[in-house]
Amino acid sequence: MKEIRELYNKRGEKMNQSNLRPPTINLTPKEYKEITQRISPKPKVLKNVIMAFLVGGLICSFGQILINFYMNYTGLSKIAAQMAGTASLILLGALLTGLGVYDKIVKIGGAGGIVPVTGFANSMVSPALEYKREGYVFGVGGKLFTVAGPILVYGIVTSIIVGISYSIINWF
Amino acid sequence: MVSKKVGNQTVVFQNPPIVLSGYNVVGPKEGEGPLKGSFDKVLADTYDGEKSWEKTEAKMLETAMREVVNKANVPLVSVDYILAGDLLNQIISSSFAARQIGLPFIGLYGACSTMALSTALGAVLIDGGFASKVICSASSHHDTAERQFRLPTEQGNQRAMYAQWTVTGAGSLLLGNSGAGPKVTSATFGRVIDYGETDTNNMGAAMAPAIADTIINHFSDLNRQPDYYDLIATGDLGSIGLQLVLEILNKSGTKTGINFTDCGVMIFSPKQDTHAGGSGCGCSAVVLTGHILKKIISGELKKILLIGSGSLHSSTSSLQGESIPAIGHAVSIEA
Repeated sequence: MKEIRELYNKRGEKMNQSNLRPPTINLTPKEYKEITQRISPKPKVLKNVIMAFLVGGLICSFGQILINFYMNYTGLSKIAAQMAGTASLILLGALLTGLGVYDKIVKIGGAGGIVPVTGFANSMVSPALEYKREGYVFGVGGKLFTVAGPILVYGIVTSIIVGISYSIINWF
Repeated sequence: MVSKKVGNQTVVFQNPPIVLSGYNVVGPKEGEGPLKGSFDKVLADTYDGEKSWEKTEAKMLETAMREVVNKANVPLVSVDYILAGDLLNQIISSSFAARQIGLPFIGLYGACSTMALSTALGAVLIDGGFASKVICSASSHHDTAERQFRLPTEQGNQRAMYAQWTVTGAGSLLLGNSGAGPKVTSATFGRVIDYGETDTNNMGAAMAPAIADTIINHFSDLNRQPDYYDLIATGDLGSIGLQLVLEILNKSGTKTGINFTDCGVMIFSPKQDTHAGGSGCGCSAVVLTGHILKKIISGELKKILLIGSGSLHSSTSSLQGESIPAIGHAVSIEA
């Protein structure tokens, strides 16, 4: 036992109860981590950034087209047209999620597909579809916010902090 | 009584159990892959007429269990046990499939190493004289695994380049104590090894040390060299994990050659955009019962070693920041 312990000490590792025998692998976890990092492929940052810009830009431009359409052809005020444009994008995001298309858009566009409001619709509709089999109360109701929950929690918390800071600054 | 255990971790069977037949069912994506000719049944879609993917997985496994017995042309009642496992919580696919069949059932959890584990234990039961025929099975389904371990299936996200794609498939072997066919000659049960990987997308990296450990022990226990086998296939390390295991083996003094491969690398072509290859219990199950078994029967391969690779984390443990422990079980099959 003592000799085995020394072998592990030499490798800079603690011998725990599971190591009853000398190590078979001639690598320490630290060395292994370095090899893993060298071998594992890295994401293609430049390509991903460009695709996110194009896909996100396309979605937002389409949103702007919708807003202009509502303002010029339906006689809505600017604020109402912006609301209607957002609602239309949410509808579109939800529809494309149901048709099984939206996840393919995000696969190409990455954050460009996630950040616009269509991505938010996707994060609400996909759990709803996924958990429908588990019933409307504990399935859809209980798990609807599994993806969007953290976004809402931290979005609302951040907005409260910003709001309070803003009013404190305005005091002085 | 002569001990059948050799060395630290290996058992050598005195009356090697015989592989009477193999049967598998796969999903549509696997059916388009490079091994498409080796599968017994390819589903047209991932639901196969069921209301949920969980039901589909249990049905695939049931089909694989029933058909493997039919293929060997023996009555179902002559089978003593079903040994099976899958990835879902409480191994529901296996239990639900066994419910439909009505034979004594031994549920196993070895994560993605389950096919090698069920084959090894089935062989132990037969060589020990506790059974004359056993069904050894494992299954996984891409969409049930995604739902349990990752995100809703329609949720848009970009998978890491080193991530793997869970195979939709179920495979069964029927082992018996008499008859003709390839033989299960030895098995090495693995130890749980953890080299500290915490990224659940990089399963290959998490599992490679455990697989290397089992391979090294297998060869030292049996005093063999890797060139003893025509094919040494790891379960579902994927392309990154396979590179890592070869690197570990080379650094640890085990010579590796072109006979090393991985079921996860074999089952999908790079064109299918799965990134690092296939994973899941079904991966090694369908490659073993399909491609590999057919090559052994045709005489192209004489001696093979399958090392099932399983990562033993849960979605809770990884969210709590625990590293991923892994295990490898090896079985050798010889013509």
